[in-house]
Amino acid sequence: MHNKTIAELAKGLADGEFSSVELTQHFLGRIDALDSQYNSFITVTPEQALAQAEAADATRAAGNAKALTGVPVAHKDIFCTNGVLTTCASKMLSNFVAPYDATVVDKFNSAGMVSLGKTNMDEFAMGSSNENSFYGAVKNPWDTNAVPGGSSGGSAAAVAARLAPGATGTDTGGSIRQPAAFCGITGLKPTYGRVSRWGMIAYASSLDQGGPMARTAEDCALLLNEMAGFDPKDSTSLKKAVPDYTADLNQPLSGLRIGLPKEYFGKELSAEMSDAIMASVKEFEKLGATVQEVSLPNTMLAIPSYYIIAPAEASSNLSRFDGVRYGYRCENPENLEDLYKRSRGEGFGKEVQRRILVGTYALSEGYYDAYYRKAQRIRRLIQQDFLNAFNEVDLIMGPTTPTPAFDLGSNTDDPVQMYMEDIYTLAVNLAGLPGISVPAGLVNGRPVGLQILAGHFKESQLLNAAHQLQTATNWHQLAPSAGQ
Amino acid sequence: MEWEAVIGLEIHVQLATQSKIFSGAGIAFGAEPNTQACAIDLGLPGILPVLNESAVEMAVKFGLGVEAEIGMKSVFERKNYFYPDLPKGYQTTQNDLPIVGKGVIEVEPEEGKIRQVRIHHAHLEEDAGKSLHETYTDENGRGMTGIDLNRAGTPLLEIVSEPDIRSAKEAIAYIKAIHSIVTYLGISDGNMAEGSMRCDANVSVRPKGQEEYGTRAEIKNINSFKFIEKAINHEIERQIELIEDGGRVIQETRLYDSEKNETRSMRSKEEANDYRYFPCPDLLPVELDEAYIEHIRSEMPELPKQKKQRFIDELGLSSYDAGVLSATRPMAEYFEQVKDRCGDAKLAANWVMGELAGQLNKDNLEIEQSPVSAVQLGDLVKRVMDDTINGKAAKQVFAALWAGEGASADEIIEAKGLKQVTDTGAIAAIVDEVMANNPQQVEQYQAAPEDKRGKMVGFFVGQVMKASKGTANPQMVNQLLKEKLG
Repeated sequence: MHNKTIAELAKGLADGEFSSVELTQHFLGRIDALDSQYNSFITVTPEQALAQAEAADATRAAGNAKALTGVPVAHKDIFCTNGVLTTCASKMLSNFVAPYDATVVDKFNSAGMVSLGKTNMDEFAMGSSNENSFYGAVKNPWDTNAVPGGSSGGSAAAVAARLAPGATGTDTGGSIRQPAAFCGITGLKPTYGRVSRWGMIAYASSLDQGGPMARTAEDCALLLNEMAGFDPKDSTSLKKAVPDYTADLNQPLSGLRIGLPKEYFGKELSAEMSDAIMASVKEFEKLGATVQEVSLPNTMLAIPSYYIIAPAEASSNLSRFDGVRYGYRCENPENLEDLYKRSRGEGFGKEVQRRILVGTYALSEGYYDAYYRKAQRIRRLIQQDFLNAFNEVDLIMGPTTPTPAFDLGSNTDDPVQMYMEDIYTLAVNLAGLPGISVPAGLVNGRPVGLQILAGHFKESQLLNAAHQLQTATNWHQLAPSAGQ
Repeated sequence: MEWEAVIGLEIHVQLATQSKIFSGAGIAFGAEPNTQACAIDLGLPGILPVLNESAVEMAVKFGLGVEAEIGMKSVFERKNYFYPDLPKGYQTTQNDLPIVGKGVIEVEPEEGKIRQVRIHHAHLEEDAGKSLHETYTDENGRGMTGIDLNRAGTPLLEIVSEPDIRSAKEAIAYIKAIHSIVTYLGISDGNMAEGSMRCDANVSVRPKGQEEYGTRAEIKNINSFKFIEKAINHEIERQIELIEDGGRVIQETRLYDSEKNETRSMRSKEEANDYRYFPCPDLLPVELDEAYIEHIRSEMPELPKQKKQRFIDELGLSSYDAGVLSATRPMAEYFEQVKDRCGDAKLAANWVMGELAGQLNKDNLEIEQSPVSAVQLGDLVKRVMDDTINGKAAKQVFAALWAGEGASADEIIEAKGLKQVTDTGAIAAIVDEVMANNPQQVEQYQAAPEDKRGKMVGFFVGQVMKASKGTANPQMVNQLLKEKLG
């Protein structure tokens, strides 16, 4: 049952092959039996899940089932869940029970879906390895010595290990796509403004975007159908009709123009990585697409630009965690300043503190123009690069990451090396574009991802290309031994 | 040396919206602590602000009211600092691109002396909560601080003037002008006691004639007309004394203590926060178009300046009277109602500014609280105009209305028998009686030279009025007396 895709599970439920309660019990059983190896969940909510499953079965019996009624999923622990612990993998929120659901959670609940629990992540979504969690690192189901990627590492590992058929993630600089690549699954970062950020704990507000993680492009389309849409509670969400993302999955690709940015195939990319990516690109050519080189000249500026803008916004977004109203408070504060210093010093992990300091510095009087304003100018250049490229081609393709998953602990002493992991993914957030990572085979026994990018609001086109690749190949069906 | 003060004011006006600037919570004054604060106001994780459009509309109204440039694109920024009553750790405000740009206000600190005070800009922002230091103790009796977030997120319009003000008196005139405009526009209740208008003053002094500004101190937390004048005057004196004693003013923030009537240092520029302003990524820029502005312009009420001019041009009032009667919206509304009821603007003005204002002042009441309604006063004036009662009786009727002794002037006139006697025969009879009872005075009068008689006739008038219980028509009494005394 756990090897079925969401599409297959939805069909099985509709056909009465199994009930949502049976399905939910099955996945809860797997989490219980296997997750001690991966640490992909922070909180599992069996009682709530079974209650939702029973309700879903009743809805189906009454003839009111919707597309995904009864399908279980997991939520990244950055999405607020009413009455359920929402930690953002931080000691700071280790006691925080949200009094409301994030819009994404609310939409899934309204769709009749079942929530299995809350997945592990890098603290406040800051990290590329899921090693920055107050609840411990997540391990890659393909190799427990490897990281699962981050920050949505728990969601990626849970889906890869078949502990959940799909999960929510968030992507600020690659946090859906990079762990999807490392764990051999499919992960979609929608256009900025497509999915509501209400109730999604903010890291960098102008870059954060929630999206689906699953094993196939078709499953991502099904999940995105339930997630996307304008939300009056989020001023940055867009008033734009939501198409049926499954409608165009089978459009032929003949005549599709694919661009390969030369900057994404530089010397930092190993021959094995390059070969794996080119093997996927060849499949598209077989499907009738044409391939040409394009240039995104400001690619290398994405990292410094991102690492000014994201920490700057984070330094302000995380100011509310002050030990005054909720969350962690230090013992016996002597005075207000002591309360602030120790609550925040003890409640935040190292990487979070590092980014708060960087961001605070970048916004300081006298440095604002040199850092923040300049970073915003670079951001516009990067956006322009993409717009120029999309004048020539329909889709841009390249590797999601420079390397397959690295070993746990190997990058933790060198934040800059860690930041380099996101070189291909960051620019997409700066430009607000949609991007998807799809499995593209193994390098050194570990999965790698092909990243496909499209113009704003062209998620259907991305999903179409990804689905056609997955129809023609079976990389997405490769599973870690744990998933068998 | 003669010194000149240079003053700029920052006035925070609480806007009269139904709900907060970024959330749906209410903003009523005086609610139980934290009962008007929702998840957004509490700064819970994952919450997002949504701009209240009526706050934007009110800000635009103000801008149009002071003939200011309207920011067709304004941007909310975050002002970052830590304080327990600031739930998000930043205040959402406008900085680089405010919604209201440069404008100007005319003020008249004394009769005939008109001054222009330029508005630098006005911007929208959210208020913080309140820290309650006095009321709380822990189980060991140690003082604790309570936090009430009801006020957090209340919409404010901060109006920043240029340093065009030269005295505390001018400052008061300016604040009153702002108060008048915002209440005329209905964008604030202007209630200073409830904090609907709060004022910070930037004060510096310089030798008279010098162009360059002196170093300024900012006085925070002054919230009544009385205290503003005192605080500014105190600060001007402090700075002059300091400089004359060889010291120098340092740029700092000072807090006004109304109990001790002094300002004291809060923090100096060196200790000042670096607020790390940057555009709020949760809110889109506010972009307005001409059609929107025109629509608001078409709905603007008549403002004090226009009203005053109309009172002068159309009603023939003096500039001073027109100024007083147009100063506040309730005053103007009251006056216009009296005028419409009785049909004589000058008489209406005299009554409102004379008898009514005097009584209000005596009983320490605002015009909205007047026991005599505008309709009642208008009807009373009408009875004076049609000679039903004389001026003296009218004052009696007014006093009776004030005391609630009757529902209308007519009712009181009837009940008290104050109707003016205009029957010549009846008045002549009283005149004869008075003359018969005071033969000595009649003799003295008749012996007196012509130029002294004018004064002496007053005695007889008084006696006749007394005898008629004040109801005799004074003109007729005068005329008959002159005839009969010879």
